[in-house]
Amino acid sequence: MSTRHLLSFVTLTLFAVPAIATPPEVQQRTLANGLKVIVKEDHRAPVVTSQVWYAVGSANEYSGLTGISHVLEHMMFQGTPEHPGGEFSRIIAEQGGNENAFTSRDYTAYYQNLERSRLPIAFELEADRMQHLALLDEAFNKELKVVMEERRLRTEDQPNTQMAEQFNAVAWQASPYHNPVIGWMDDIQNLSVAELREWYRAWYAPNNATLVVVGDVTPAEVFTLAERYFGPLPRRETPKLKPRTEPEQKGERRVTVQAPAELPSLLLGYKVPTLATASEPWEAYALEVLAGVLDGDDSARLTRELVRGKALAAGIGAGYDLYSPREGLLQVSGTPSSGHTVAELEQAILQQLDQLKREPVAVEELERIKAQVMADEVYKKDSLFAQATEIGQLETIGLGWQVGEGHLAQIRAVTPEQIQQVAQRYLVDRTLTVATLDPLPIDHSQMALQESNSDAIR
Amino acid sequence: MRFVNALLALSGLLWAGELLAVPQIQHWETSNGAQVYFVPAPQLPMVDARVVFNGGSARDGERPGLAVFTNSLLEEGAGGLSDDQIAERFSSLGARFDNDALRDMALIELRSLTEPKLLDPAVETAALVIAKPDFPPQAIERERQRILVALKSQAEEPGDIASKLLFEKMYGAHPYGHRSLGEPAVVSAITRDELVQFHRHYYVAHNAVVAIVGDLERAAAEQLAERLVGALPAGESAPPLPLPEPVVGGSVRQPFPSSQTHIYLGQPLISRQDPDYFPLLVGNHILGGSGLVSRISQEVREKRGLSYSAFSGMIPMQSQGPFLLGLQTRNEKAEEALAVLQATLTDFVAHGPSAEELVAAKKNLTGGFALSIDSNADLVAYLAAIGFYHLPLDHLDTYIARVEAVTADQIRSVFQRRVKPQAMAVIAVGGGAIAGASDGR
Repeated sequence: MSTRHLLSFVTLTLFAVPAIATPPEVQQRTLANGLKVIVKEDHRAPVVTSQVWYAVGSANEYSGLTGISHVLEHMMFQGTPEHPGGEFSRIIAEQGGNENAFTSRDYTAYYQNLERSRLPIAFELEADRMQHLALLDEAFNKELKVVMEERRLRTEDQPNTQMAEQFNAVAWQASPYHNPVIGWMDDIQNLSVAELREWYRAWYAPNNATLVVVGDVTPAEVFTLAERYFGPLPRRETPKLKPRTEPEQKGERRVTVQAPAELPSLLLGYKVPTLATASEPWEAYALEVLAGVLDGDDSARLTRELVRGKALAAGIGAGYDLYSPREGLLQVSGTPSSGHTVAELEQAILQQLDQLKREPVAVEELERIKAQVMADEVYKKDSLFAQATEIGQLETIGLGWQVGEGHLAQIRAVTPEQIQQVAQRYLVDRTLTVATLDPLPIDHSQMALQESNSDAIR
Repeated sequence: MRFVNALLALSGLLWAGELLAVPQIQHWETSNGAQVYFVPAPQLPMVDARVVFNGGSARDGERPGLAVFTNSLLEEGAGGLSDDQIAERFSSLGARFDNDALRDMALIELRSLTEPKLLDPAVETAALVIAKPDFPPQAIERERQRILVALKSQAEEPGDIASKLLFEKMYGAHPYGHRSLGEPAVVSAITRDELVQFHRHYYVAHNAVVAIVGDLERAAAEQLAERLVGALPAGESAPPLPLPEPVVGGSVRQPFPSSQTHIYLGQPLISRQDPDYFPLLVGNHILGGSGLVSRISQEVREKRGLSYSAFSGMIPMQSQGPFLLGLQTRNEKAEEALAVLQATLTDFVAHGPSAEELVAAKKNLTGGFALSIDSNADLVAYLAAIGFYHLPLDHLDTYIARVEAVTADQIRSVFQRRVKPQAMAVIAVGGGAIAGASDGR
C-alpha cells in the first residue's frame, strides 16, 4: 500500500467526523400500553417510511410449529372485520404506497413507504391488524399453499439454500436457530389455523412491538398520531421465553447435502459471540472488522487471494452479524473455480483464517476497512428504509437504537491486536461446522427439450 | 418476505409514478461529446455518478457474451494499475465502484464522498478503468472461468433456464435473443483482441451518457464529468437496433428435476419511445404489474394459492423490449396455473380494465412517484435512463398528466392491437413439464 492511500484515509477521518457529529434527530416515546414509538426526521423528500416491528420470529418457535411466525406474517395481509380480504394492500396501493413485510429469527416487521400526508392511513391499518386480525379458515388454507410454494421456490429447488438449512441444523442443536425461518415443509403442511390464532394472541400486542417512522415528519405529529391510532389497544402479557442456550460445541461437525446441481459449494462457520452475548463489547466489533478484512469489498483478502491471486474460488464471501440477541456464527462460503475442489478451497480458507491468528492485520489494511465503514455511515442516509430498519432491528432485539449511533466510534477503536485476539479465541476447530454441497448430476439425456410451433393455448 | 416482484429483479429498469416537486435536470455535453445529466442534491456530502454506454449484450453480434466479458474486465487492470491496486484505491477512499452489462446498457457506477481529497482520486481511478483497461491475459482467463461458472449456476436454476428459453423464443436471432452472459462455447473462445475491439468501439464519448446526482455545484459537476469520461475518444454512437420479428407462438417445455414448474409467456412489445407507452404502462399495472392487488396475482395467488409470485411486466428498451407474464407452481398444478394465467390475460385483452381498476392504478402510479425518486441512488438511475433513451428533459414534469390522461378505451384498444395472447411464446421448465411433453412432439 502506498503512502498516498494512507493519506487519503487520514483525510477521510478528518472530514467524516463533522458529518457524524450532528446525527439527525431521533426521538422515542413509549405509549401507556407499552408500544415503543421511535421517530427520525429526514426532510430530503416529502416521503415517509412507517414500520411496525414485533419481537417474534422463528426463534420463538418450537419443534412441530416451525414457520408459524412467517405464516402469520402472510396472514396479516388477509384481512380484519373492518378491512376484510386484501383491502389493506388495496388501500396502500391507492395511496401511492408500497408495502411488504419480512420475518426473521428474532422479529417480524411490516412496512409502508408513502407520501408523507398518508401516514395516518398506514397507522389506522396497522393498529387495526395488530388487534383484530380475522384469521379465517378459507384464507388460511389458501395462504398455506402460497407459503409452501414459497418454500419450494426458495428452498426445495435451491441447492445452496438447502445446504445452508442443513448447516444451521447441524451447527445449532438446542438454540432455536436450528430451524429455518420459513419452517420445515412438514410443519408448514400440518399447521392449523387454531395454532395460528393462538400464536397471534400470544405475540401481537402493543407492548411487544416497536413503531419506527423515518421521513419528512416531526416527532410531535407522529407521537400524536400514534397515540390516536395505537393508544386504545390493550396491553397483553406475552409468554416468557426459555433461554434455550446452545451447549458448548466440543468438536468439528460436518454435513453434506446431495442435490441436483451443477456446482459444488462450501459453507463453514465458527461459534462466536455477538454484541448481546460478548463479555466485552469490543469483541463483537473486532469480529465485525475481522469479517471486513476477509470480505469487506473487492480489496479484501478472500477475493484478493482466492479469487484473483490463486484463482481457487469463482465466488467467495464472509459474514458476521453482530446485532443478534443470541450467540452467532462467523461464516465463510464459496464456490470453487473449475478444476478445483471444495476440499482445496476449504484448505485455502483455513489458511487465510490461520494467518489472522498468526499475524496482526496491517495498519493500512485496517484503515481501509474503517474508511469504508465511515463512508457507509453517510451513504446509508440515502435510504429512509435502511435507516428505519436499523432502528427497528436494534430496538427489537433489545440492544436499543442508540447502539447504531455509536457503531462508527466503536469500529474506529478496533486495533490489529484485538482482531488477532478474537481470531485466536474463536476461530478454533472445536466450534467449526462445515457444510458442502455435493452436486448430483442433472441427467440431461432425460431432459430433451420439447418444442412445438403449434398454437400454445389449448 | 410476503412477495417479491420478480419482474423488477429481472429488469432493474422499470419506471414508477411521479413527484410534484420535480427535480430540475441540467444537461450538457462534455468536450468530447458525452451527454451529461445532472441534479444537485446538497443534503448529503456524497455524489453518485453513473456512466452508461450503448454497449450491452445487444451489441454482441456473433459473439454472445462479449459485452459482459468486456465489462467484467474493466477493473481487472487499467492504466498500468493492477486489479489489486484498483480495488485498494477505491477501498481506501471509501468509494464504491460497480459495473455491469445488461441487454441495452453497459454501465459503471461510482459512489463517493464529496470531499475533494477523496472524490478526485476516486474519479481519476474510475476514469482509468473506463478508458484504459489493460485486459491482462491472466485476468481474461480468470474472468472467463468465472463467467463459465456463472453459466453453470444458471443451468441449475429452473427460473434462469426458463428466462433464457423465453428470450430465445421471443426474439430468435434478434440481438435480444440471447442471454447477456452468453453461451459457454463462445465465452470459451472469445479472444483478447475481440475484447479490446469491443471496448474501443463502444466505450466512446458519443456512445456515452453520464448521470450525476450529489452535493456539487454545476461547475464541479462539469469538472467531474470531464474527468470521468474526458479521456475517451469521441467515437460514434451505436446504430439503432433492428425491430424484432413478430412472435408466431409455440411452446417450449424443458423437463427439470425441480418440485416446481416455472412458466413464462411473452412477446416483444415496447420501446422506450413507444407512442403507446402510457396506455401500456397503466394497463400492465392493472393486469399484473402492481404486486398483490394486480389481477394476475389475485387470480393465481389470492384466489387459488397456486404461486408465490405471479406477475406481468413490460420492459421498455431501445428496440422492442418484452411484455411477459410468469409464475412458479408445484409440478402437478402447472397446467392449471398456465390456464389461469392465459385466461386472465385473454380476458383483460378482450375487455380492458374496469373503471375502478383504472382509478386505483392511476392513484398508485401518481401518488407513488415521490417514492421512486426519494434517494440519490434512484435519481441517478432515472437520469441515466432519460439520457440513454433520449427522453425529453421535461419527462418528469409531464409524467403525471400523461398517466392521468389514459382512458379505459385506450388501454383496451392498445392491448387488442399490440398484445397477442394466441401468438405468445410459452415456456415451462420443471417436473410438471414431463407430463405435458407428449403434446410437444
